[in-house]
Amino acid sequence: MLALAGIAIAFFALPLVGLLWRAPWSNAWGYLTDHDALTALRLSIVCSLWATALSVVFGVPLAWVLARVEFPGRTVVRALCTLSMVLPPVVGGVALFFALGRRGLVGQYLDRWFDIRLPFTTAGVVVAQTFVAMPFLVITVEAALRQLDQRVEDAARTLGASRWYTFRRVTLPAVRPALVAGAVLSWARALGEFGATITFAGNFPGTTQTMPLAVYLSLETNPEEAIVLALVLIAISFAVLVGLRDRWFGARTAVAA
Amino acid sequence: MSVAAQVRVQLGSLDLDAAIDISPGELVAVLGPNGAGKSTLLRALAGLQPIDAGRITIDETVVDDGDAVFVEPERRPIGVVFQQYLLFEHMSVLENVAFGLRARGTAKADARRTAGQWLDRVRLGEYASERPRALSGGQAQRVALARALAADPRLLLLDEPLAALDVGTRASVRRDLRQYLASFDGMRLLVTHDPVDAYALADRVAILEAGRIVQTGTLAEVTARPRSRYVADLVGVNLVRGVVSDGVLRTVDGATVVIADAAPGDSIAVIRPHSVVLTTDAPTSSARNVWPGTIVDIDRLGDRVRVVIDGPIPLTAEITAAALDALHLRPGDPVHAAVKATDIDVSPV
Repeated sequence: MLALAGIAIAFFALPLVGLLWRAPWSNAWGYLTDHDALTALRLSIVCSLWATALSVVFGVPLAWVLARVEFPGRTVVRALCTLSMVLPPVVGGVALFFALGRRGLVGQYLDRWFDIRLPFTTAGVVVAQTFVAMPFLVITVEAALRQLDQRVEDAARTLGASRWYTFRRVTLPAVRPALVAGAVLSWARALGEFGATITFAGNFPGTTQTMPLAVYLSLETNPEEAIVLALVLIAISFAVLVGLRDRWFGARTAVAA
Repeated sequence: MSVAAQVRVQLGSLDLDAAIDISPGELVAVLGPNGAGKSTLLRALAGLQPIDAGRITIDETVVDDGDAVFVEPERRPIGVVFQQYLLFEHMSVLENVAFGLRARGTAKADARRTAGQWLDRVRLGEYASERPRALSGGQAQRVALARALAADPRLLLLDEPLAALDVGTRASVRRDLRQYLASFDGMRLLVTHDPVDAYALADRVAILEAGRIVQTGTLAEVTARPRSRYVADLVGVNLVRGVVSDGVLRTVDGATVVIADAAPGDSIAVIRPHSVVLTTDAPTSSARNVWPGTIVDIDRLGDRVRVVIDGPIPLTAEITAAALDALHLRPGDPVHAAVKATDIDVSPV
């Protein structure tokens, strides 16, 4: 058992070591402060935070509806709303393109009536990232809402709290650990998003070229730079995972109490 | 200023069709086994369960008529103490008690001040900044009660307020609860499966059986004359209140009941009718309690007979019809009632 576990650990650790081994440490600072790399990093962070915010704003109500409102076809709706978790991201990007592209089902009206064009724009990056990231928040928050004793909300109602006041002051604080965990997961997913972004938003430095895209492209032109950028992404993801473990633990104790 | 409720609810296998009235200042206990519809009735009054048909009136305002009128729970003049208390775990004890006032728009400082006064009243002032999980069951119940009363309801609803407690703490919590309920002058409805709770706390009981109110009255009336086999089994127990000392319970009239090990203090002795042995002569047996009395009533319920006896301890005995015939007993006859001390349960109140 220990030997197999050791192999598994090595399997995950070796690629990281490989990167560290090949990292051009003497030039690393130069690559990091390179204008294009910084632009890509800033774009990645801004877009992923936007995607996280949108995931929370729309995902929490969606999770609430899925957890609390009985309606026919709820299972189908839930599957639909979490489909992009299992879909190959490139497929998601293509689907987004036919829905929201300039000739798309909805996109043509966005273009014609509101002069809004999403593909190949920074907003398009946010849309692509939100598309793949929101399900992580929805399933986390929905599970927490299902575990919550609804009679606690009943108690709030009998004390004079409206549905909205109850949601704000009782329900939301009770699922807060799950909400934080879901938001962090969504953010991590958005940060690493590649396929849907490149398909739907393209790869334009400064507007749609995020870090993962920059890593992939510099692999062809300048492998050393790719390694440095990859290490930056790994460092961020690693920090998030380490932080998240505590959050998960916190969520579990909150439910047990 | 009263409550009048006619409640019809179809919920799964439950078919609830019950009418209940509460007069101003009255404490009514709805007594029945699990699944009889007690909690559903309470939830209907609270507005947590819309009724299918009927009408619920609180203080001359119709709050639900099963049709066009439905007043949301937050707009009803009610307070509820739930079985599991359902305190808000993420708030301090003080914030819990202040919640109702805050929800109704009272300014934060005022709400906290009033909540603090309520916590002092239930003797939990020093727990104000604690989280609910730091409280014992009895303390949590007092917080739940303070939280419900702080918003100044006209009708207080209590759902099995003692069921979540272990036997050791029930008695003292029941005593506290009786005191707090007595100090609240609004209407109170208590739902319970335990006749002792009803006897200790309520003015009047309504017996709920399979969704129907089958009998109402004081518990003494219901015990003496249960209208069905079911009611007899549920509440047809003799409850004798008195003070315990040295293995004897003494009533206010000076009558004594010998009991097996019980803590001293105010108590209720539970004597089951089928534990009462009737003889025409004074018996010489191991029974520690023998009371002379006079038969005032004989009530046949199938092949069993309930015999109501007046004496130092008024009792209802349950014997078979065959035993009654063998003893040739009739109303007005003198009789001796014997009960073993070990057959008597004693609950402190």
